[in-house]
Amino acid sequence: MAQPMLKKDDDRDDEVDYHPFFGIEKGAVLQEARVFNDPQIDPRRCSQVITKVLYILNQGDTLTQIEGTEVFFSVTKLFQSKDPGLRRMMYLMIKELSPSAGEVIMVTSSLMKDMNSKTDMYRANAIRVLSRIIDGTILAQIERYLKQAIVDKNPVVASAALVSGIHLLQTSPEVVKRWSNEVQEAVQSRASLVQFHALALLYQIRQHDRLAVTKLVTSLTKGSVRSPLAQCLLIRYASQVIRESGANQAGERPHFDYLESCLRHKAEMVILEAARAITELSGVTSRELTPAITVLQLFLSSSKPVLRFAAVRTLNKVAMTHPLAVTNCNIDMESLISDSNRSIATLAITTLLKTGNESSVDRLMKQITNFMADIADEFKIVVVDAIRSLCLKFPLKYRSLMNFLSNILREEGGFEYKKAIVDSIVTLIRDIPEAKEIGLFHLCEFIEDCEFTYLSTQILHLMGNEGPRTSDPSKYIRYVYNRVILENATVRAAAVSTLAKFGALVDSLKPRIFVLLRRCLFDSDDEVRDRATLYLKVLGGEAVVGETEKETNEFLFGSFDIPLVNLEASLKNYEPSETPFDISSVPREVRSQPLAEKKAAGKKPTGPAGPTSGPVVSAIDAYEKSLSSIPEFAAFGKLFKSSAPVELTEAETEYAVSVVKHIYDGHVILQFNCSNTIPEQLLENVTVLIDASEAEDFAEVYTKPLRSLPYDSPGQTFVAFEKPDGVPAVGKFSNILKFIVKEVDPASGEVEEDGVEDEYQLEELEVTYADYMLKVPVSNFRNAWEGMDPESERVDEYGLGARESLAEAVNAVISILGMHPCEGTEVVANNSRSHTCLLSGVFIGNVKVLVRLSFGISGPKEVAMKLAVRSDDPDVSDRIHEVVASG
Amino acid sequence: MATLPSVKNILVLDSEGKRVAVKYYTDDWPSVSSKLAFEKSVFTKTMKINARNEADIVMFDGHIVIFKFIQDLHFFVTGGDDENELILASVLQGFFDAVGTILRNNVEKRTALENLDLIYLCLDEVVDGGMILETDASVIADKVSSASGLEAMAPFSEQTLSQAFAVAREHFARSLLK
Repeated sequence: MAQPMLKKDDDRDDEVDYHPFFGIEKGAVLQEARVFNDPQIDPRRCSQVITKVLYILNQGDTLTQIEGTEVFFSVTKLFQSKDPGLRRMMYLMIKELSPSAGEVIMVTSSLMKDMNSKTDMYRANAIRVLSRIIDGTILAQIERYLKQAIVDKNPVVASAALVSGIHLLQTSPEVVKRWSNEVQEAVQSRASLVQFHALALLYQIRQHDRLAVTKLVTSLTKGSVRSPLAQCLLIRYASQVIRESGANQAGERPHFDYLESCLRHKAEMVILEAARAITELSGVTSRELTPAITVLQLFLSSSKPVLRFAAVRTLNKVAMTHPLAVTNCNIDMESLISDSNRSIATLAITTLLKTGNESSVDRLMKQITNFMADIADEFKIVVVDAIRSLCLKFPLKYRSLMNFLSNILREEGGFEYKKAIVDSIVTLIRDIPEAKEIGLFHLCEFIEDCEFTYLSTQILHLMGNEGPRTSDPSKYIRYVYNRVILENATVRAAAVSTLAKFGALVDSLKPRIFVLLRRCLFDSDDEVRDRATLYLKVLGGEAVVGETEKETNEFLFGSFDIPLVNLEASLKNYEPSETPFDISSVPREVRSQPLAEKKAAGKKPTGPAGPTSGPVVSAIDAYEKSLSSIPEFAAFGKLFKSSAPVELTEAETEYAVSVVKHIYDGHVILQFNCSNTIPEQLLENVTVLIDASEAEDFAEVYTKPLRSLPYDSPGQTFVAFEKPDGVPAVGKFSNILKFIVKEVDPASGEVEEDGVEDEYQLEELEVTYADYMLKVPVSNFRNAWEGMDPESERVDEYGLGARESLAEAVNAVISILGMHPCEGTEVVANNSRSHTCLLSGVFIGNVKVLVRLSFGISGPKEVAMKLAVRSDDPDVSDRIHEVVASG
Repeated sequence: MATLPSVKNILVLDSEGKRVAVKYYTDDWPSVSSKLAFEKSVFTKTMKINARNEADIVMFDGHIVIFKFIQDLHFFVTGGDDENELILASVLQGFFDAVGTILRNNVEKRTALENLDLIYLCLDEVVDGGMILETDASVIADKVSSASGLEAMAPFSEQTLSQAFAVAREHFARSLLK
């Protein structure tokens, strides 16, 4: 067994499946295990049997408790044997059986004896086994030996003790913390792995003491660490220190020189670790990035796939935040598109799509087309996402990108992939007006041969909404009606609705649509027939719903704004009686999801995915829906803009509150998202008390309290303000959360009757001009700029004072204005002395605004800016200047 | 909090994706069936890749898997997706080379199964509960060989060294004769 068998059997080909464990069976092996009890131990045979038991366990079989105990006891008998090979297998076996506390006592004394053996191998392994199976009381007995072992001259023993220390720190931290001195000594060990294990343990002992960690890092970065693994650890700890100090300190970062010096280390793993640490520094400057990017660029052309992958993955992440820093690698990156490792190729492509400029788009698309055919769907989805963001960045290129999307839409692919493509096309249709007709046309082609009912119905719905408003609606009818002839009932029903929308919105098509709808009256499916009948009657004027045409359309095609869960509940409660079911009695409040579920959904996919812009847009729609379902707010009109949530509490406090500002023409609604993080409490009647004394133009009109806020289940309370119509009023609000606290027994979930009123101070919030500005992209800034009245232009110059960098100044101005950067101009080239930034947006009152910013930076980092504004309304141009002047 | 480099599992599968020896260190895969499902998807994702000269890498479901094949054996090391790929690669290389030394470069399913006890010991010496214990193949092989009663013979790593000397000597002699 112990000796490798090099001789090959001649008849091996006849018995392909033969191997030493072929047909092995648990019962038989357990029988064999009786050999452990023999008075004369045969080490060789015993080892073989142990291997067999391990094999059975390793294949996924398990022992019952009785079987386990029996094997364990017989194995302990083998401590009598002096055979080292057998002993080694016994250690393995004991670990694998993970004995119960009662059983552990049987072996502790034998293992403790081994721990003090003269043989290093016994010592090391006995330590590892013991640390795995013992509890606190036995640990106290052996602590002394473990401390000695940490500084043992044999590295194997020292490592075993240190690794055991790391495991034991989880269960008995107070004991392990006492070993600090010995561990510190071991950090200076000459054996590289000992150094690594000692450093890991030392850090874990001290990790909650920030000062001690800083000291540790400062002393070790001076250069006593030799092991590459330990060096990697030290880099992680150093960047931890940088992260913690970085927030309150400008200028030179501590330990940056150390990280940079690690880029010249001879071990590749250290170089990679350091490069990655540098790219992940918060607010990393391009000067700091350059050396890291350079080493990663070298890795890109390595012959080792792992190295190429690591480099391209890191650069891909950098490209999300600093696309310009990565452009130098573009040539190396392009050669990776044909890499045999598809993960590398995909990452290379998505990086290129992020860093590419407008002129390289066409060339890239050509390369990607060749590549798409032979990668898996999950990678294709990543590419499609990247292409969508690219198209939003360079709207002028919509034609070639849209063509690409439609081409891949025609290829083979699974549902998720097709859905990603359709979603992308839909996003482009919505955000780039010029792309609408082409996009719709491609989608029409697609549903001609689409095997996914879900996608067909989604597209039909979209066509019903968008198609009638195109220049030539009639050309879509054929595609829609084909669905009625060819598809399953679900798609047919959707197609009937779409036809009806064309009929309702385009008068010239009405008679022809009626002909088609009448044919649907003979459909085999009742839903299809019902829909056709309803539309014919209502649109034909035979049945009257509502007084005006608008109300009729609202009835037929209005959005269904009642939560389905609530409708289901109400229908279940409804008892058949004289009074018909009244749909307006269904509550419209959305019941909040448990927090845990939301978190799971919010967890970002960890693949090499690019940022998607989809959810942002749909968030507004979702807000509008949920707000209009609250009757008090329904009269406020159309929602102009909803801000991103702003946290009003520190992280990890008792109550977490964030606010979303909803802007209407004449009103502002503050939506407070509250969540309760204390399991022992139930909050009731939650409101936010607002002091608006620093916001003169605002008058509070309505407060909607949150009736109950249980643990881990977020809810919302709203406060509405009135403000002068169309005026971008600004102001500061200070807020206090008011509520009634009731104690909850977390075990039983019972709530106490009596509650106590309490309040909780929240941070201030501000409504600024940026809240009145919608980020709306324009596809061609130059055309749009020249299309605006030059009379409306207002130009002025500003000094912005000393700034850290040009990029920082540009970002600051963009965020003050809250406008959409066009044509990728938000990115400032490395080391450039001047920069022009183009912004577009829509100001409240639907006033289109374009801004041209020219920045210049002088020697001592003084930034000057020229601001030119054009807008539909000269007053708004003036106002933009006021915003900048006051910001 | 800065984390320790850690290994989630080490797998040795045969050319059909069946287990030869596996070791899991975390509870990312709590049940036997989830472990087998993971092995199956790793195997199918990588089987067509030629990872015989250089270790290759694949990333999916939030894991990084580094793998290398030889004969009818497939070796895998899995880590989290924020792990340093090269650290995982060094673990794989250490384990892979140690197995090669132990099986005297005759690495295939049959010899591996015939020496399964040594493979298990090797796994035990590479990683302990997810912590990297040793990545130097010759040290691992020595630890395994000293444990398995083979110390009567020259340790593996020394033996390969002496072989190397023999080859060098031969080369030297030949160059002298020219």
